[in-house]
Amino acid sequence: MLRIILACLCSSAILAFATFKGLSEYSVRAAEARERVIQITAHKFDYTPNEIRLKKDEPVILAFTSIDVDHGFNVPDLGLRADALPGETTRVRFTPRKAGKFEIHCDNFCGLDHETMGGTVIVE
Amino acid sequence: MTMIDRRDFLKLAGLAGVTFVTGVGCSATTLGASAVSSADEFHFVQLSDTHWGFTGDAANPDAAGTLPKAVAAVNSLAQQPDFVVFTGDLTHNSDDAKERRRRLAQFKDIVSQLKVKDVRFMPGEHDGSLDKSEAYQEMFGPTHYTFEHKGVHFIVLDNVSDPKGRLGDSQVQWLEADIEKQNINTQVIVLTHRPLFELYPQWDWWTGDGMQAVSILLRHPKVSVFYGHIHQEHHFKTGHIDHHASRSLIFPLPAPGSQPKRAAINWNPAMPYDGLGFRAVEVNQRHENRDIKEYPVKRGA
Repeated sequence: MLRIILACLCSSAILAFATFKGLSEYSVRAAEARERVIQITAHKFDYTPNEIRLKKDEPVILAFTSIDVDHGFNVPDLGLRADALPGETTRVRFTPRKAGKFEIHCDNFCGLDHETMGGTVIVE
Repeated sequence: MTMIDRRDFLKLAGLAGVTFVTGVGCSATTLGASAVSSADEFHFVQLSDTHWGFTGDAANPDAAGTLPKAVAAVNSLAQQPDFVVFTGDLTHNSDDAKERRRRLAQFKDIVSQLKVKDVRFMPGEHDGSLDKSEAYQEMFGPTHYTFEHKGVHFIVLDNVSDPKGRLGDSQVQWLEADIEKQNINTQVIVLTHRPLFELYPQWDWWTGDGMQAVSILLRHPKVSVFYGHIHQEHHFKTGHIDHHASRSLIFPLPAPGSQPKRAAINWNPAMPYDGLGFRAVEVNQRHENRDIKEYPVKRGA
């Protein structure tokens, strides 16, 4: 009897997780369908684009990739960080809550001019 | 301090342009409050960010001459330190693995000219972040380790072999186990490259999981941290732990957040080697205050 109860509990947990995961993926896809998607490509030693304009309180999807080595994308003043990796896309849903001009820097050491790799996020 | 001790100390401080910082409060002072050379006192020299292989006349037209001059300056100290430590960025990085090894070998050869033969190393991100310190380890050994000197426990931490500038869980656990073993009266000195605390993350002047290390170190009552990376003298406290950044031996960087971009401060022909230098740290087992003496690369610089 105990085994049957345990089996039922496990099945319920797996079902709940699968439903949650499915819903999460659905909500990201749904968000992508209605929100602006900004593609950001990292490369030695810059981002394209390296000036990103956002609107305060407007959610966007930032989609990061790299065409050479692993890079980071870090804007500490906005609490925004992502990896930009070759061969894959990292999607981050982000809503800026303050206006201003914020510096981006690469926080994954990527080579000779790593320290100069940066850009700007402008929130209007 | 006895008179003889004081005379020895004055000799140690004999170079022009030496500045002093005393104690955990780090206020400037004229002379240290303790002696050197007795059984429970000693001093070590910290050099940092030598960036061997760097080229760029605007920042340092004597890039190939600065490290040899610093070695000569250490050798000219009236009283030689017990040991010397290089807190990372021994070399300027190269994407070419062969060139990286060549620079590390040249650096090792130059610093072999130090009179003091007890020399400790650790990598900076320029030495180790592109190959997880593989080339560095071939020539200098482990990237994190501990050693004892006259009853003081030294811990060398590696926050650069991970290109994201993190210590990593296993090293944090290793640190925790090491700290738990220390006697409460033992002074602990941590040597590392990047600041462990969040000095200025906007310029990547922090260690991603450094505050985990700081919280572990806070459990011990007597801890100091000496580091490099930011190419300038800087003193900061997290709780009772004092953190001291050393000047570079290639080019200075601006004060954290003092300008929009982190960029090398250009060489000043009117004041060659301005902003560059090394330091001597006096350690006294009877108290945890440190006398830190900052030295220029050259006399009068």
